[in-house]
Amino acid sequence: MRLTLTELTKSFAGHRVLDAITCDFGELRSLALIGPSGGGKSTLLRIIAGLETPDAGAATLDGEAVAFTDEEKLRAHRRRLGVVFQAFNLFPHLTALANLTLPLEKVHGLSPAAAEETARAALRRFQLADHAHKKPAQLSGGQQQRVAIARAIAIQPRLLIFDEPTSALDPEMTAEVLDVIAELKSEGRDLLLVTHEMGFARQVADRVAFLAGGRIVEHAPAAELFAAPRSPECQAFLARILKY
Amino acid sequence: MIAALRSTFCATDRTPASLRGRALSGTLALGLLSGVSFAAFSALRYHWAWEPVWEYRTIFWRGWLTTIGIAALTLPLSCGLGLAFALLRRSVFLPLRYVARIYVEITRGTPLLVQLYFYWYIFGQQLPRDFRFVAGALILSLFSGAYLSEIIRAGIESVGRSQLESARAIGLTRAQTYRHVVFPQAVRQILPPFAGEFANIVKNSSLLSVLGIEEFALAAGSVSSVTFGYFESYLPVALGYLILTLPISLWTQSLEKRARFET
Repeated sequence: MRLTLTELTKSFAGHRVLDAITCDFGELRSLALIGPSGGGKSTLLRIIAGLETPDAGAATLDGEAVAFTDEEKLRAHRRRLGVVFQAFNLFPHLTALANLTLPLEKVHGLSPAAAEETARAALRRFQLADHAHKKPAQLSGGQQQRVAIARAIAIQPRLLIFDEPTSALDPEMTAEVLDVIAELKSEGRDLLLVTHEMGFARQVADRVAFLAGGRIVEHAPAAELFAAPRSPECQAFLARILKY
Repeated sequence: MIAALRSTFCATDRTPASLRGRALSGTLALGLLSGVSFAAFSALRYHWAWEPVWEYRTIFWRGWLTTIGIAALTLPLSCGLGLAFALLRRSVFLPLRYVARIYVEITRGTPLLVQLYFYWYIFGQQLPRDFRFVAGALILSLFSGAYLSEIIRAGIESVGRSQLESARAIGLTRAQTYRHVVFPQAVRQILPPFAGEFANIVKNSSLLSVLGIEEFALAAGSVSSVTFGYFESYLPVALGYLILTLPISLWTQSLEKRARFET
């Protein structure tokens, strides 16, 4: 993917969350956004996902500007992305299977039979075949997040977006979800993720961007950024977070 | 002995009652209540006279059927109005939102009796006699619709923001989001208070008697004015309403139980 941001600005209640971000990340497969809480990572990710409208500026994905003002085009943009949230956000009244078939049928126009076949294949892939008929409440956190990933994958998105996918999970389940994401990366899927798992970001991301105070303070190939961060902010952040 | 009594007549969440215990307790409760009523009527020295009332049974029967007819009309109508106003209150167009808000506040803040007279003088009187009960049902629907719309609105708002976000993220339209994500989840919250409001509709229909609509309560009123047997006229009415409301109430309770299990 190729992602460029131009003068991207967003404020919430007078507080500037994104401060005129301009950045061209170049051609890459996976990008991780790291940085302190409140630094603007999630807001930037949500803007790229078409879930939030910036106050000013533009975001371009593979040469196409995200049409923030046109709800119809914005929906078309969202349709081609697979978004996985921190809190899973599965539909609690639907079974795991129906959580996958709903977008396939209603958004992507598959027939019920085709949707079910696609959904079952996606669930099988993440060892969830036995859980197809369970409601989210009957699944563990790790299983729920894997269902959410299966839902994101099933529609064959151009880009997978993860918003702190393991922050609501205990360590064992974190590993189970990170394994899945790493596997998707090794398949060559395009990924954009916000994460607090630095080891994982280093392993899975081609490029890592450090956000603080509403700006991209620096971005570099993952190994480079973690080995030798240039900015004092990033050095301090990594020192703090890697202390334990 | 005491332990045996306790295990029969007492129940907590951890030690549920046996079938025998529940049957015995039920009989005891009914016996107690009928004992009290019997004592009250004995003190009154009331002379029961059922024959005159029995002669007017067809009036009761027709009144009861009219009440059922009114309820059958009012239920779907008020649901439709309730849904419409609940959606209007979430409209992005402010004037519509305020119209819905004002309607709900005025309707809930004034007595049904006042509304009945008010609406009646506007459009009820022009109707032919046989269609009066339709106007009555319409007024009742306007009244209950306000309450139902608040219940529906609360149900819709109980569906979390993360659900709406998720629906947006997968690319559902606004209408699809309501249809596939919001309503199915809201219904679980809505059903128990909804069923309670249905029972209210049945009971409130008795007020239509003030408009001369010959429903169940008016039937009892006219019979009692001829026979002077007030208890004999109104006891069957109480029973007739219970036959309609009791199943709704039991249904509500089973719904509440189910909603608890699922969450």
